Amino acid sequence: MTGYFLYAFIYLVAAVIAVPIAKRLGLGSVLGYLIAGLVIGPIFGLVGDETVAIQHFAEFGVVMMLFLVGLELEPRSLWAMKSKLVGLGGLQLGLTTALITVAAMWLNQPFGISLTIGLIFALSSTAIVLQTLQEKGLQKTEGGKSAFSVLLFQDIAVIPMLAFIPLLAIPELINAGTEHGGNASSHDSFNLVEGLAPWASGLVIIGSVAFLTIGAHYLSRPLFKYVAASGLREIFTATALMLIIGIAALMGLVGLSPALGAFLAGVVLANSEFRHELEANIEPFKGLLLGLFFITVGAGINFSVLSENPMLIAGLTIAVMLSKAIVLFVVALIFKIKGTNKWLFTLSLAQAGEFGFVLLSFASQNYVLPNDIISILSLVVAISMFLTPGLFILFDKAIIPRYKSAKSTRSDDEIDEKGTVVIAGIGRFGQIINRLLVANDVKTVVLDIRSEQIDLIRRIGTKAFFGDASKPDILHTAGAHESALLVIAIDDRETAAEMVKYAKHAYPNVKVLARAFDRGHGYRLRQLGADYVVSETYHSALEMGAEALRSLNIHPFHVERQKMAYKNIESQQNDVLYHAWADDASGERIDNNYLKLFIELESLIEKALKADLHDKHSRMRGWTPPPKGYAEKLAPDEKPDETEGH
Amino acid sequence: MSDKSTIEETKRSKKVLVLFAHPAQTESEVNVPLFHEAKLNRHVTAVDLYAEYPDFNIDIEREQQRLIDHDVIVFLFPLYWYSTPSILKEWQDLVLEYGFAYGHEGTALKDKIFLCALSAGGKEEAYQTDGFNHYTIRQLLQPLEQMAQITQMTYVAPFALFGSRTAQEEARVYEHRGKWTTLLNKLTTNSLDIEKAQHIENLADLCTPQGE
Repeated sequence: MTGYFLYAFIYLVAAVIAVPIAKRLGLGSVLGYLIAGLVIGPIFGLVGDETVAIQHFAEFGVVMMLFLVGLELEPRSLWAMKSKLVGLGGLQLGLTTALITVAAMWLNQPFGISLTIGLIFALSSTAIVLQTLQEKGLQKTEGGKSAFSVLLFQDIAVIPMLAFIPLLAIPELINAGTEHGGNASSHDSFNLVEGLAPWASGLVIIGSVAFLTIGAHYLSRPLFKYVAASGLREIFTATALMLIIGIAALMGLVGLSPALGAFLAGVVLANSEFRHELEANIEPFKGLLLGLFFITVGAGINFSVLSENPMLIAGLTIAVMLSKAIVLFVVALIFKIKGTNKWLFTLSLAQAGEFGFVLLSFASQNYVLPNDIISILSLVVAISMFLTPGLFILFDKAIIPRYKSAKSTRSDDEIDEKGTVVIAGIGRFGQIINRLLVANDVKTVVLDIRSEQIDLIRRIGTKAFFGDASKPDILHTAGAHESALLVIAIDDRETAAEMVKYAKHAYPNVKVLARAFDRGHGYRLRQLGADYVVSETYHSALEMGAEALRSLNIHPFHVERQKMAYKNIESQQNDVLYHAWADDASGERIDNNYLKLFIELESLIEKALKADLHDKHSRMRGWTPPPKGYAEKLAPDEKPDETEGH
Repeated sequence: MSDKSTIEETKRSKKVLVLFAHPAQTESEVNVPLFHEAKLNRHVTAVDLYAEYPDFNIDIEREQQRLIDHDVIVFLFPLYWYSTPSILKEWQDLVLEYGFAYGHEGTALKDKIFLCALSAGGKEEAYQTDGFNHYTIRQLLQPLEQMAQITQMTYVAPFALFGSRTAQEEARVYEHRGKWTTLLNKLTTNSLDIEKAQHIENLADLCTPQGE
């Protein structure tokens, strides 16, 4: 037990030290993990044989990643980008695979091995590239979007690859493996379809995939609703984990790839109102497991292999990156991607990716590649990933300046996304806001924690998601960082205040409009940085008061003037009262002595209103007729002055 | 040296207040460009009344202070039913109070210059006594002229663009905008011929960009 803690501690310490440093140096977190692995593995030898076992466990992070990729892919938006996806992605993947396969065969490798190598190197690093594009704000450029299409296609293509690669297995390796007592048998010991006739196993496989998609679609919603109704956050997390682990287990039982199953389930759930909540719950696990995976990759790098063949590995790395870049450049030319975007596309995807590692270990398990080749290829994949930040620096320093002069003419097409609005809380209050925005063609993302409410809203055709908007990761997955406005319309005071505080801290450029419960709450929201605060009852109460006056036969326009006067006094006094509140409350805020504070505030505003009522001039101001008899005084005075004037 | 010339300049320069009223700015082809042009001149304060008071809740105090702070008052608007859009009338009703703008002690606007800058959909021929609209634009704006008289301001002719609905198609907006810039420059540098400007029919005719 203590041993496990010790290893876990070493892994975590390495990650905690290396990842922030790598990030600060602009290398990205993936490289941070890899470096952490390098340090604790081959350099200091703190960890050893258990890395392989941990790696198998950490590969589950890839399953989660594919689930999340699936979740991001609404069938509809997938359809909208189909031509780019299939065209760019298909061409890149096909050409790169072909080029590298031919090159490998030229190096005297048999066809099966060459093709596997081609497939492995055709993939780029989704984790590094997407993260770097986002960090540099390039994901909305044409080059960034094209790169995303290719990465997405690759991520999807991994699934058929996982099915295809075992077919290339080399008989001698299998024999060698089984003679050793091979780990294959332990792998398949829970296989349901083993020993069944081909037609029967086919039926079982089709049946389980159908069960998966239909079940995810129809059973998940009542399940999530039931769990959400309990209001227990950790049970929701448990449910999300249960779902993915269950899928992985089911797929394993019928001999399919768990990643494929997770991806399918993700796509099926992409339209679900629980999507953001699921994402937020799975994301940390995925991040940690993938991090762990990268650490084990770093730890598993074989320095002796590198020192034995330094020239071979350097040459292979350069050859791989160069051929990938050439293919990308050609694809960019074919698809008429121009200027800096062409170079961004070419350079950003010229490395091998984390799926390369996955395929390598998969190929090893299935006896497709011999181990000496795998250790060399792992190094090539890792080094090409290490070099990726260098490619981005090259893009920044060498490419952008060359195009700078031409930039002013084409800067317009980059701002193609209208600022969206995130609305937290879609109760009585948020609904009106959402309706007004949607009617004006503003894209909104609506979040609420009550699934019945979401149901109701969805039935009227509004896009809404189940999620606890006060959770930072939910806000992030809802796109708060890219939105123009955040509307906080939730009716829990404390949560609203926490949200304002967090949102202003995390997204200082996003304007925050907040609904206040009452005056004290409103001042608190203002103090926490909300850009606009309105009390939920203020306007409706004023309207009701006005209707009361009208019902008493007071002239409607006079009532309107009274209402305006009230509003004017309110807005004038608001600042004064706010500062008084801020000063007074500083000592007592911890005691939450609001009642006393409110009484003070009420008397303050009442005084202000009364003073204004007695001040005849300002109350009667507006459309005031001149005093009686003014006309007699006006005429003689004015005449001579007027004619002399000019 | 430069100090002296700056003082000289401020002595001669006038501050211009443009009160812009357009209730349908998404449709605007003439007035919005003029408003943006006005904002570029540092001696001009350009106010979008419909933006500042969308509910017509005009801040009397603030508007009076603006009047006090400027030497030239311009109403910039598209003609609605031979008059200003309603917010400018509301502005008059609220801001030009007895004792401030008129009456025995109401001399706050004395000797300021007042003018209208407007666009009219009808053609220039229509705004003639024998034309379709029966009155010239100066005649139609007489209530504003009299407003200027009683508040002791100097009224100069309106700066008008006729046939404004087709001005863009006929490429007349650019020229008109140039004249507007010239007008604002003349007003801020106090180089407008006031005598001429009072008696001409359309102030735009005095503002050809080349000069007088």
